[in-house]
Amino acid sequence: MRYQNATAYRFLAPYLLIFSIFWLWPIIDSFLISFQATRTVPWRFAPGFNWGRLIGDPAFFNALKNTLLILVIQVPVMITLAIVMAVLLNSPLLKARGLFRFAFFAPVVVGEVAYSAVFRLMFNLDYGIINKLLNSVGLPSIDWFSNVTPAMAVIMIAVTWRWAGYNAIILLAGLQSIPQDVYEAATLDRVSKVKQFFYITLPLLKPIIVFCAVLSIIGTMQLFTEPFLITERGGPGGGTETLGLLLYRQGFRSLNFGYASAIAYTMAGLAIAISLVQLWLTREPK
Amino acid sequence: MSSRSSSSRSSARLGRSIALHLFLTPLALIWLFPLWMMVIFSTMPDRGIFSPSIELLPHGNFLDNVTNLQRGTNFIGAIGISVSVAVTYTFLSVLLTSMAGWALARYQFFGKGIVAAIILGTITLPYAVVLIPQFIMVARDFKLANTWVALIVPPLFNSLGVLFMRQAFSMMPHELFDAARVEGVKEWRIFLFVALPLARPMLAALAIILFLASWNNYLWPLLINSKPGAMTAPVALGTLIGLTKVSWGGIMAGAVLLTAPMLVVFVLLQRHFIAGIAAGAIK
Repeated sequence: MRYQNATAYRFLAPYLLIFSIFWLWPIIDSFLISFQATRTVPWRFAPGFNWGRLIGDPAFFNALKNTLLILVIQVPVMITLAIVMAVLLNSPLLKARGLFRFAFFAPVVVGEVAYSAVFRLMFNLDYGIINKLLNSVGLPSIDWFSNVTPAMAVIMIAVTWRWAGYNAIILLAGLQSIPQDVYEAATLDRVSKVKQFFYITLPLLKPIIVFCAVLSIIGTMQLFTEPFLITERGGPGGGTETLGLLLYRQGFRSLNFGYASAIAYTMAGLAIAISLVQLWLTREPK
Repeated sequence: MSSRSSSSRSSARLGRSIALHLFLTPLALIWLFPLWMMVIFSTMPDRGIFSPSIELLPHGNFLDNVTNLQRGTNFIGAIGISVSVAVTYTFLSVLLTSMAGWALARYQFFGKGIVAAIILGTITLPYAVVLIPQFIMVARDFKLANTWVALIVPPLFNSLGVLFMRQAFSMMPHELFDAARVEGVKEWRIFLFVALPLARPMLAALAIILFLASWNNYLWPLLINSKPGAMTAPVALGTLIGLTKVSWGGIMAGAVLLTAPMLVVFVLLQRHFIAGIAAGAIK
């Protein structure tokens, strides 16, 4: 095939221009800024300044710990739930499929601010509907936002509510691409539905599950709006502060761009590590 | 014998069907609950929201709540900004990503591997890495804070959209395009008048997803357009959450105004919506 450099780059030019200005340069710049002391005018080059602070900063380790804790609990729960939703929505026995799809997929269109407001109100101590319902079955109220554990739970519940259906949509598309005759053959051989799920569906779905898991991990790793709005700036007392929130606080409240850039690069490092794990998990068997 | 086994099979089927619905119905109700409560709260006066009784049915206070909200922050104006920005963004982004997708699907060119690697590589890169320099550049160097340009242009880079359109174009019969070229039709005309009309369903899916992303975008607009008259609707609503003297009925009315139009679009265009997300068009 002959090369058509001029034509191809004419089509790519606007896109690559936006990329260069708003992504390529910032990626480099962010790295450079992380080696500068940015609270003096003018900024000065000080290689150990931010990174040195990072490894000794309890606020950073607190945010890292919270972020990893949310990741380790919320992502597996949500992915499992999304698989269950997708498999059941795909069942030929299901009636009123449209209603069920609406129920699980609707949160996908709800904005972060809107749903943060609702969850905050639902989990209110004295007048929240959740505590009222707990009381009505004889259970005591929970002070959701004054203690770290329930506050973390609310964030995980909210994020799971918002994103489980999104992942279910992707998984459902994957399920529907599995050829039906595989299941027919298994049914003829009297393989139970449960066994079919574990020995046919899960292995064939694995690359898509890993894809969903990686996107979810990277999304959750940058979690910002939920601890910002639902638990009131990472409260109680920084108990739900995430890396995303710490970056916001350092970068845009304290205007400490150098330190915030070091935090950003730590997040990028984590993301790269996770992507490598994904490549390794979905590698072609030799 | 054979009829007995088939009837036992059909009763097993019935049992499985009942179990399926018994499990899925409560789960669906739990999932709808926050949305339902959003609607209920938006129709209640504040003294009703903050009362000890359990209220699960709508009241008649929605318009009063909207009025309260409008008094606290110019929410209707903010919605106007959000709509204009989302429409412009969607149009430009669909155009840019389809052009790039077309180039990758149709031409052989120097550096193609690098361009493809950039697009794949940025999918899993956290946005946090570009956030700070982007902010410094747009606010300080370009002096564009609190403008529409700041809201529209930086988010135009979207790698999953390009992959989606590349896929769409490469599934089309290339003989069609080659025939047009033999006729002497220019490449940009082939793109505009042959390829794009053929890609209409994919463009619709992409447009819906991009519109939604722009409509709900929070972090970037929060940082770059923080002046009251320049805020988008989610940012304006977010400023009220956490204030002590604030109408929660009003906040909920705002949440409904942000969510309801998207739910309608979702119901009407479900197929395109799901196609767009299933292709991983955006996160």
